[in-house]
Amino acid sequence: MTTPRTQRRRGEASPLAAALSHGVLIVASLVALLPVAYIAYISLGPDKMDYLHPGAILSKATFANYTKVIFHTDFFTWFANSAIVAGGTTIFGVLVSATTGYAVSRMRFAGHRQLMWTLLVTQMFPIAVLIVPLYTILSDLKLLDGYLGLILVYAGTTVPYCAWLLKGYFDTIPVEIDEAGRVDGLSPFGTFWRLVLPLARPGLAVAAFYSFLTAWGELAYASTFMLSSGKYTLAVGLQTFVSQYESQWNLMAATSVLIALPAAGFFYLVQRHLVSGLTAGAAKS
Amino acid sequence: MAVAVQGAPKERSREREERPGLVQRLKLSYSKYWYAYAMVAPVVIVLGVLVGYPLVNGLYLTLTDANSLNSARQIGVKHIPASYHFIGLHNYADVLWGPGSYDRFWSHFVWTIAWTVICVTVTFALGLGLALLMNQKLRGRGLYRMLLILPWAVPTFVTVFSWRLMLADGGAVNALLGSVGLPEPSWLADPLAQKAAAILVNTWVGVPFMMVSLLGGLQAIPGELYEAAEMDGASPWQRFVNVTMPGLRSVSSTVLLLGVIWTFNQFVVLFVLFGNNAPDTQILVTWAYYLGFGQQPRDYAQSATYGVLLLSILIVFTTFYRRWLARNEEASR
Repeated sequence: MTTPRTQRRRGEASPLAAALSHGVLIVASLVALLPVAYIAYISLGPDKMDYLHPGAILSKATFANYTKVIFHTDFFTWFANSAIVAGGTTIFGVLVSATTGYAVSRMRFAGHRQLMWTLLVTQMFPIAVLIVPLYTILSDLKLLDGYLGLILVYAGTTVPYCAWLLKGYFDTIPVEIDEAGRVDGLSPFGTFWRLVLPLARPGLAVAAFYSFLTAWGELAYASTFMLSSGKYTLAVGLQTFVSQYESQWNLMAATSVLIALPAAGFFYLVQRHLVSGLTAGAAKS
Repeated sequence: MAVAVQGAPKERSREREERPGLVQRLKLSYSKYWYAYAMVAPVVIVLGVLVGYPLVNGLYLTLTDANSLNSARQIGVKHIPASYHFIGLHNYADVLWGPGSYDRFWSHFVWTIAWTVICVTVTFALGLGLALLMNQKLRGRGLYRMLLILPWAVPTFVTVFSWRLMLADGGAVNALLGSVGLPEPSWLADPLAQKAAAILVNTWVGVPFMMVSLLGGLQAIPGELYEAAEMDGASPWQRFVNVTMPGLRSVSSTVLLLGVIWTFNQFVVLFVLFGNNAPDTQILVTWAYYLGFGQQPRDYAQSATYGVLLLSILIVFTTFYRRWLARNEEASR
């Protein structure tokens, strides 16, 4: 760098401004973390009313709530159900939205505009207008109280956003790459699968994260379509704790933490892709 | 809707592409479009079955008096066929100007609009502020980014549940307020405090997405633009107004639109925070859910009517918003 030391480079803050920025960001980080940390802390209190006097938890912290939830409730069944549904949604949803996003990004076929517009409109559908007819459809197709039905319903809600996101991401990948693939004799699908998908990894990671999280934490559809407690997802199972255990907040807190862990793990895997994956296309178009 | 339109022009347009021309060109275009339709087909089918058909079905339900007592249902091995009737536009009339329509619809409508405007404005402002701070060359940027996005990584109902514990009478928030001598409102019971609590929690839930998106947008603005502005002697504020905001336009118009749609249809925050204990704080979506699934007998027809009205409001808003965006785009050129 040829700039003199006293002169700051562009984007570098003065010491006072930097200190202020750090101050604000630290406060913001604390506010962001507090509810997450709070529930983890409450989950250590053995008594169901401990959340009212959190100071007392410190001296008697225990993992008893976790062992109780894991070994004496249907937690494992619900966890497995959630994993099947969220995993299925992620794989199916990302595959389907990637092909759509790619087709719209690369090929000017008739109706591609209407398709994108339709995808945007489906984002607007309030569950209230869909839930009753969906219930009837799933019931007619004998998909009620099963994994496939819920996976399809979730894919229906995540695919529109993911397709938009991935279309934007594919737009940033140079078309010359596709052309090179075609020259080498790859079919359009081969080009997509072998050349473009690997390059779109950050976008795919974000789409997968979004799909997983949506399916993992969804409540309204799951509680309406999963009828028997053997098919409950974690979100629904947690709700039943309220009545079943007369509001044992300590158990609910422990369950919440266990529910949050896989999502946080997934987040850790994709977090360095988040910024580029989320906005590569939006920033360009 | 357009889903149906999507399937129809398939054959016709493919033929249209096969107009006389270079053989090579024709072959390429044929294979290209064939693949395009094959790649789009799964989405069109899934959305057609799970969104298009239910929408038509839902629209039909709004014209009937369907509820859980007269719909087709299965009791043991006995199948009871549906016995509801077609009643035309009666549901719409009843919701919009029937007896008590102010308490049932319009009061929720006003609150829903206020809720959406307040939440999106606050979320966007905070997200932009944080993104600007993190776009500087600061030590520990990566760490801040990860900590600030973390709320997004935890399922919403889990964090909302945590907020519920913190906002309860005698919970952490009021303990904190009390210790500095501020009043301790009853966040989960008092109507006004409920609204404040709902906005607070929804903002907390929404900021990470806004922040990451806007941060991505900021990073895509070429540095030369700032250098040029600095050469011209632009103040930081002028640089913000004349370089940053225009540079963010496409990202911010997208996240604002998504923010409005998602906030307008927000379900989990209000549902987990209050359950059925907040008649005044229900937005139209949660109220429609309550009508259709939260009471006995379940009123499917009314619930679907609310749904159609909600959807219409959003479509009208989006149409005008996009038109307004296009006009602005023209004007700025």
